[in-house]
Amino acid sequence: MNRRMVFYLLGKILFIESVLLILPTICSAIYREQKSFWSFLATIAISLTLGFVLTVLNKPKDNTIYAKEGFVIVALTWVVLSLVGALPFTISGEIPSYVDAVFETVSGFTTTGASILTNVETLSKGMLFWRSFTHWVGGMGILVLVLAIVPTDSGRSMHIARAEMPGPIVGKLVPKLKSTAKILYLIYICFTLLEVILLLFGGMSLFESLVHSLGTAGTGGFGIKADSLASYSPYSQWVIAIFMLIFGVNFNLYYLVLVRKFKSVFKSEELWIYLGIVLVSVTIIFVNIYNIFGNFSDTIRHAAFQVSSVMTTTGYSTVNFNEWPNLSKGILFLLMFIGGCAGSTAGGLKVSRAVLLVKRVFANLKRALHPRSAEIIRLEGKKVESETSNGVLIYFSLYFVCLTTVFFLLLFEPFDLETNLTATVSCFNNIGPAFGSAWDGYSIYSPFSKIVLSFAMLLGRLEIYPIILLFAPSSWLKRRKIK
Amino acid sequence: MNIIVNGCGKIGKTILASLVAEGHNVVAIDNNLEVITEITNIYDVMGVCGNGTDSDILLEAGATNAELMISMTGSDELNMLSCYLAKKLGAQYTIARIRNPEYNDKSLGFMREQLDLSLTLNPELLASVELYNILKLPSAAKVETFSARKFEMVEIKLKPDSPLDGIKIMDLRNKFKAKFLISAVGRGEEAYIPDGNFTLKSGDRICISATSTEIIHFLKELGTQQSPAKKIMILGGGKLAFYLAKKLCEGSNSVTIIEKNHQVCERLCEVLPKATIVNADGTDQEVLLEEGLLSVDAVVSLTGMDEQNILMSAFAQTKGVPKVITKINREALIPMAESWGLDTIISPKMAVSNVVVQYARALENSQGSSVETLYKIMDDKVEVLEFTVKDDFEKSGVTFKDLFLKPNTLVAGIIRNRKIIIPTGDDMFMPKDKVIIFAANQRINKLSDILR
Repeated sequence: MNRRMVFYLLGKILFIESVLLILPTICSAIYREQKSFWSFLATIAISLTLGFVLTVLNKPKDNTIYAKEGFVIVALTWVVLSLVGALPFTISGEIPSYVDAVFETVSGFTTTGASILTNVETLSKGMLFWRSFTHWVGGMGILVLVLAIVPTDSGRSMHIARAEMPGPIVGKLVPKLKSTAKILYLIYICFTLLEVILLLFGGMSLFESLVHSLGTAGTGGFGIKADSLASYSPYSQWVIAIFMLIFGVNFNLYYLVLVRKFKSVFKSEELWIYLGIVLVSVTIIFVNIYNIFGNFSDTIRHAAFQVSSVMTTTGYSTVNFNEWPNLSKGILFLLMFIGGCAGSTAGGLKVSRAVLLVKRVFANLKRALHPRSAEIIRLEGKKVESETSNGVLIYFSLYFVCLTTVFFLLLFEPFDLETNLTATVSCFNNIGPAFGSAWDGYSIYSPFSKIVLSFAMLLGRLEIYPIILLFAPSSWLKRRKIK
Repeated sequence: MNIIVNGCGKIGKTILASLVAEGHNVVAIDNNLEVITEITNIYDVMGVCGNGTDSDILLEAGATNAELMISMTGSDELNMLSCYLAKKLGAQYTIARIRNPEYNDKSLGFMREQLDLSLTLNPELLASVELYNILKLPSAAKVETFSARKFEMVEIKLKPDSPLDGIKIMDLRNKFKAKFLISAVGRGEEAYIPDGNFTLKSGDRICISATSTEIIHFLKELGTQQSPAKKIMILGGGKLAFYLAKKLCEGSNSVTIIEKNHQVCERLCEVLPKATIVNADGTDQEVLLEEGLLSVDAVVSLTGMDEQNILMSAFAQTKGVPKVITKINREALIPMAESWGLDTIISPKMAVSNVVVQYARALENSQGSSVETLYKIMDDKVEVLEFTVKDDFEKSGVTFKDLFLKPNTLVAGIIRNRKIIIPTGDDMFMPKDKVIIFAANQRINKLSDILR
């Protein structure tokens, strides 16, 4: 393990975070919120100092990184980023408990959107902006951002990108990683701006449309009202519902549209299955809840919005769907597991993984009937190497082991099974809202459970491996110095 | 530039690495998934797994927008076909590796024309030229030539008792009558372009550039001059051995090739009537002694196994063979071989990769000046380039005294109307000159890059 290099890169990330923190600082300045303004400045100072110590005083001679370092860098980055990002909340006193602030920030960066706040409307504008901005940064990935803007000479940066980008297969759009990262961010920024403009037309203020667009783009879900989006116009709700779906699609497809390869977009198996699942779920829920609203337009809007929100792991809501019938709640609960497409900003297992799992299961069933049959699994018309599908199987098992562990650790809380189970699944898949007693927020949980859930969110966002390897002693074995 | 490299074996990978270092957008094609995974992990390239002669795969790799298609698979025919297809799909330039001796005769020109190939590369032939030059001048560890044949660059290692030990560069000209320049010095891991105040030390690797006659004069004065090797023993009978033996047999040299495989030996007998072909295992020391190891001038180890080559060369070295040359393909083994005292090492893939890089740079900079030759020496830390000065070069006619050159660059020679000039402050660039530039620790794409 090249510890110096890991800490050096960590230092660079802290510099980037200081730059990112300038935006909420400006926001506080605009709204003349002195307290939050100074706490942001103090955080920037702390982050810069730490970054300075890690980069300038710790310049590595050997800058090679392998897969191991890639995983550890990604995991450490996300932990440190959240620890520092939580400081403004505590310094300003708006979230007095540091554990609460960390939970909130982790929830932000991992695009979960789970909140411990009981009354979000009392938060200052600067803090609200920072919360939503963490969604936006975490959605596409902070290290991808670093790769896009910081010059790197090591070709092995792919290890870092692969550890941070979700999905079973991570490829590049163009030969250079840097250009790939730039293209992804460009698409991301364009869609975000488009949403801001469309929301402005719907009567939201600039601040509201910004905050909600950032939350949608990262598929996060932090709102600025206690009832999330219920009080906004149907137009705004439709815009957000559609944009959530857009951000849940593999970004590679948008690139293919840009280079006019429409055919491959239409042939994308994952996209059609994703849209198919959405359509089926909306239909069932529509029928199930029709008698609650009693008219077509409201029912279809609420059904579509909630499905889109949960499927893409965003977590906004337009109604209190905790009170919906069990069938609808059950479907939403199942959608939590699937999540969006690979290569999107959404969390969850990812549609392509789920598809691969199902195909693998059927292939094995077929083998039971015809033991000598030769089978291959196809995805997007291409053969999937057995290594990849095995990887998915192992990921799936690990996913359930981790999920069970988190669920077990929550059992010490005095809440019913529904609350604990949905809280676990919701945090692990980076969705946000949970059913039962947790519907009104996670403030009901003890500090210990909040830490456990924070880890669950990180495990889900980084797809388990980096976080586990961060704690594996063999990742940290020292490298011998060569003269 | 957008470049596609088809075939990522030893040579393909080396080319890929140098093109990535040059900052190109590289797409790698190979039909082995493991190779592609490994390559995309190490280098910043896009990998496409599949058959490089399949037009779908070529399209996926972006052949329509590619400026350069390089095909380096082990099969000449696949290379030809995949370059041809890429060209038809829209690739502007194509380079194919064609190394079979049957194709590398008169028919090569015809084939290149018919298949629209911009360049064909034969790593073994390139390496055999390099070997031949070293055998002609055995005191050098490396000999490189430029487009004007008379100008040469040789690399020698200063032995502990060398008369150059402790001498300042500016005092050299007084001490030696020959007209030459010490154009680069490698010391440990570092490489320098020395100025007048630079003091040489034993153990340095120095690079001397001058006309070939001056170099021989200088080596004589230095007392390390050896006469060209006449009796040469080649271990291993592959393609490289064949090309080298063929060239050596054209002169009045005696060549012995030791090859294990009987069939290969028979074929070699057929095409090399003058050479002695021995069917035996070259790793058997007894065989080597019996075939006259103690009386040859040079031993060249060219089997396909780096480790075998190193061991056999080390054995020849202990038996006092005056010149021992070792072929090593894996860079990692080179420092180990050097620590055993094997100082003359050739690596065919480096020669090929230099040619490709040179070609890519020439494509990129067709204005002002163009790269004619490119060598990388001193562990790739120093680049040696030959440029032709174009008519529109701005600084033509300005004396070097008035030009401000970047640190660690050097104009080592000017070839004007077939005359070689070792430049001083009063010389200048003139249109149509060929100039030879040394640059340490930097990339020079065009002639104006050496100006501040």
